[in-house]
Amino acid sequence: MKGSSKIEDIHTILGHVVDPEIPVLTIEDLGILRKVEWEGDQLIVTITPTYSGCPAMAMIEKEIYGALKNEGYENVLVKSVLSPAWTTDWLSEDGRRKLEEFGIAPPLHASADKKILLGKNAHIRCPRCKSENTEMKSQFGSTACKALYVCKDCKEPFDYFKCL
Amino acid sequence: MTKQEALFEYLLRIGDNSLIMGHRMSEWCGHGPILEQDIALINIALDHIGQAKNWLTLACEVEGKERTEDDLAYHRDVLDFRNLLLVEQPNGNWGDTLVRGFLFDTWNYYFAKALTNSMNTQIADIATKSLKEISYHKNYSADWMVRLGDGTEESHTKMQDALNRLWMYSGELFTMDEVDEIMLKDVIGVDLHLVRKEWDDDVNATLTEATLHRPPDAWMQKGGKTGIHTEHLGYILAEMQFLPRAYPDAKW
Ligand SMILES: [Zn+2]
Repeated sequence: MKGSSKIEDIHTILGHVVDPEIPVLTIEDLGILRKVEWEGDQLIVTITPTYSGCPAMAMIEKEIYGALKNEGYENVLVKSVLSPAWTTDWLSEDGRRKLEEFGIAPPLHASADKKILLGKNAHIRCPRCKSENTEMKSQFGSTACKALYVCKDCKEPFDYFKCL
Repeated sequence: MTKQEALFEYLLRIGDNSLIMGHRMSEWCGHGPILEQDIALINIALDHIGQAKNWLTLACEVEGKERTEDDLAYHRDVLDFRNLLLVEQPNGNWGDTLVRGFLFDTWNYYFAKALTNSMNTQIADIATKSLKEISYHKNYSADWMVRLGDGTEESHTKMQDALNRLWMYSGELFTMDEVDEIMLKDVIGVDLHLVRKEWDDDVNATLTEATLHRPPDAWMQKGGKTGIHTEHLGYILAEMQFLPRAYPDAKW
């Protein structure tokens, strides 16, 4: 009876579901996987979007259904909730490390982004050469969750996963 | 008007503001003055469309007639749309787009902020989710107001012209009608008089920094909230709704 499967087993399966836009991050790393629970024979997976208009959500939902179906879980419902609203503080430490290795500067804390909003330097570290001598080029980058930076030492542009 | 009808209207107004603003911003795709700004506008457009989906989905739930958010977006006509006249105004030049964004984003920020205290938890949740995104929009707009207002003589002139042209659509941001009053009485909606105070302070501060003059409050155009629109909305809908109306079974 699948209804008796351990929740940890489900988490292991979902540990392979990644964000299609940042494929080094699993949905667990991102902090968008909120809850896994059984309601009778039905497995309920609750997720939350990063941004309201995140185009990856529909795909992530599909991948969750797919990953669970591959392991024999057919009676699944993926629910999306808005509250509590996702924040970058939910990114795991592991996720932050993977982001930097992938070439995206991980988010600082909310107070740092307030500094950026006020036009001050928040010392975003270049993911390539680790210099903090960097400059914001645009508050909006290649996807809704990123800002565009450039490193003044190694001269490379890079994405910064901005705080929300 | 029943409370349920008022709530449905209220949600349509919020959702339609996001939807039409999002569509207008999306028209810049591939036409931005430089790549970074093209990308910025499309990111903002996406935020608006995402928020519109949340608001209109809730509107459908309240209405209880088994319509979906897509039905609302693609199968209503001009008179059924409830967005503010400001957001349907044409993109014009870069300055027109920025000024329209500045007036709306500043309002939208204080409006959404007040909505986070709504007694209706679904409304409060969507507002909370939207607010941080809107704060990025507001900041972006204000930044450009200062940069171009206090820029070259030409950029200053264009920004002041845009401000003078669009100012008559700013009055509608704060008009309270029956729907607003019912929602306010139940602590579901927002007191637009309070929003006005915050908007005024914020807008005045930015305009001063941008060396732009606040136009005098003269005749204000209104009607969008009750379905009386400028001629521009029809053209937006013609483009936005063409595909799902011509090919009703089309799927991504
Ligand atoms: Zn570097």
